[in-house]
Amino acid sequence: MSECTCHKDYKLDTLVPQIGVITDITDETPDVKTFKVQALGGGKLFEHMPGQCAMLCVPGISEAMFSITSSPTNKEYQEFSIKKCGSLTNYLHEMNVGDQIAVRGPYGNHFPVEDELLSKDLLFIAGGIGLAPLRSVINYVLDNREKYGKVDILYGSRSKQDLVKLQEIETVWKNAKDVDVHLTIDNPQDDWDGHVGFVPSYLEELAFSNDRTVLVCGPPVMIKFVLQSLKKMGFSDDKIYTTFELRMKCGIGKCGRCNIGSKYVCKDGPVFRNDEIEELPNEY
Amino acid sequence: MKKINLNKLKELFAYISEKSSLFLPIESANSINFGMYDEKAKVRLDVLKTSKSPKDLFFPQSETLYSCQSAKGKISIEPQALQNDEFVVFGMKNCDFAALEILDKVFLSEPVDTFYKARRDNATIVTLACARPSESCFCKAYGIDCAQGAGDVSAWIIGEYFYWCANTQKGVALLEKTAHLFEDADEADVESAKAQIRDIVAKMPLMSLDLKNWGKGKTAEKFDSPLWDELYKPCLACGTCTFVCPTCQCYDIKDYKAGEKVVRYRCWDSCMYSDFTMMAHGNNRTSQMQRFRQRFMHKLVYFPDNNDGVFSCTGCGRCVDKCPASLNIVKVIKAFDKEA
Repeated sequence: MSECTCHKDYKLDTLVPQIGVITDITDETPDVKTFKVQALGGGKLFEHMPGQCAMLCVPGISEAMFSITSSPTNKEYQEFSIKKCGSLTNYLHEMNVGDQIAVRGPYGNHFPVEDELLSKDLLFIAGGIGLAPLRSVINYVLDNREKYGKVDILYGSRSKQDLVKLQEIETVWKNAKDVDVHLTIDNPQDDWDGHVGFVPSYLEELAFSNDRTVLVCGPPVMIKFVLQSLKKMGFSDDKIYTTFELRMKCGIGKCGRCNIGSKYVCKDGPVFRNDEIEELPNEY
Repeated sequence: MKKINLNKLKELFAYISEKSSLFLPIESANSINFGMYDEKAKVRLDVLKTSKSPKDLFFPQSETLYSCQSAKGKISIEPQALQNDEFVVFGMKNCDFAALEILDKVFLSEPVDTFYKARRDNATIVTLACARPSESCFCKAYGIDCAQGAGDVSAWIIGEYFYWCANTQKGVALLEKTAHLFEDADEADVESAKAQIRDIVAKMPLMSLDLKNWGKGKTAEKFDSPLWDELYKPCLACGTCTFVCPTCQCYDIKDYKAGEKVVRYRCWDSCMYSDFTMMAHGNNRTSQMQRFRQRFMHKLVYFPDNNDGVFSCTGCGRCVDKCPASLNIVKVIKAFDKEA
């Protein structure tokens, strides 16, 4: 896996954040908003790679790790798609454009976009808010289209309203060269004429050839069943990548809580290849 | 090798503490811990183990990282200044010094923890050989020789005299500054004292603890063992073991409001606590068995995996002495030995 590149040129202690400004907020779904964040004087807070994360902090409320959903090919800002599910995310959802937050990062390794994924036919499989880290890779691939093979994106959510970044999917991804998008929702609804059903069963229906390189992210239960389906379809573990999420505090493998066996998710992950995951003790 | 009569140590402490802060074992409120010297301090160099390890001189139980002013959606950040004053730690035991070298592997590896590094850089450490290792000591199992010196200066108390010799440039500087208080000593005195200490070590029951079944690459073999389900049962999840342990380094980052300011600080945390890994959307260690297993797997397998086989334990035995449920790493190692 690629090495973590955190804080190569950082002057202060890695635990001391920079100030970020929320410059745009998009309502994605009833419980997901995308926050555009820039440095105080404009521009990006730092350079990152697809799959890396950052610690967002509202002083006095809390701090937590979020995946960076924008692609590094975007030179202006970083984006975070955040689902309301705890005290910090609830607070973030009440914030306004112009408000400041404390940001540190980027943390962790990244999807191997410049080595293992090069010239491969790619299959992205996402569920719900799990699209957030994969979107960074998808847009990176689309902005460097000639370096990768065919792209399929399989994305599912509870309902049409719960599909994150639907507008971008419809207007950008569906029109991109050699990209097929397959959307699905859990239950039928009036304004939906697309596929209905869970992601793993739709994956088997679509019968992708098993020489694809697969990137998966979604709720743990979806990942579990997707991996079972991929195995059944004959995909090999060393071509399947996913990203983990565990409780983190430091982001640099020192505070001691996000380990699975000897691996720290914040530092050795969050991106793991399935053959590496198979080596880990079952505690995730 | 230099020596000074024990009744002149007070003079030495006064002299050192004039130039820089001096930390050494001090008795206070019926407990002996490393504390800052002043002339009223009840110095207890005779004590084998301080209640807490001296790790908090380098990795304090609680320390501010930065403070924020936050108003109307705007924030400003004031990083905490690093501790750049020189200080002397006097009377650290070899197990605790070895523990500091283990903490170095965590905090001085990239990205470096600058708060920890500042303290390490500014400390001169005088280790003191253990005159009487106790039944709960097992440093030898980790290859630590409690008769031999370590750190910047090695020291021994033999009869009426305190002996010391420098190991590093910092040590040489300390010895030069205080040379007027010392007289030349015979190496042979120290060699015979070392031999006596090693004789005691040889008689202590836990010193022969065998770690051959542990170390890197043992996760698959140990993780799913049914022994964990038995061993963890008396554990009260009090976290005492992690707080007294010289190598436990898990920390939390939190904040509190102080008037207009928000102060973000880090403090020791414990993998034994139920909320340690709890997130808004779940928890990957929900049972005390899992948390108990994490602590010992980390010390005996995961840490060696990531650090060329070095265990994250130095056999200081504080967990053996302090656990209210009589659980400890020795019990875990022996239980697995029986099984093997």
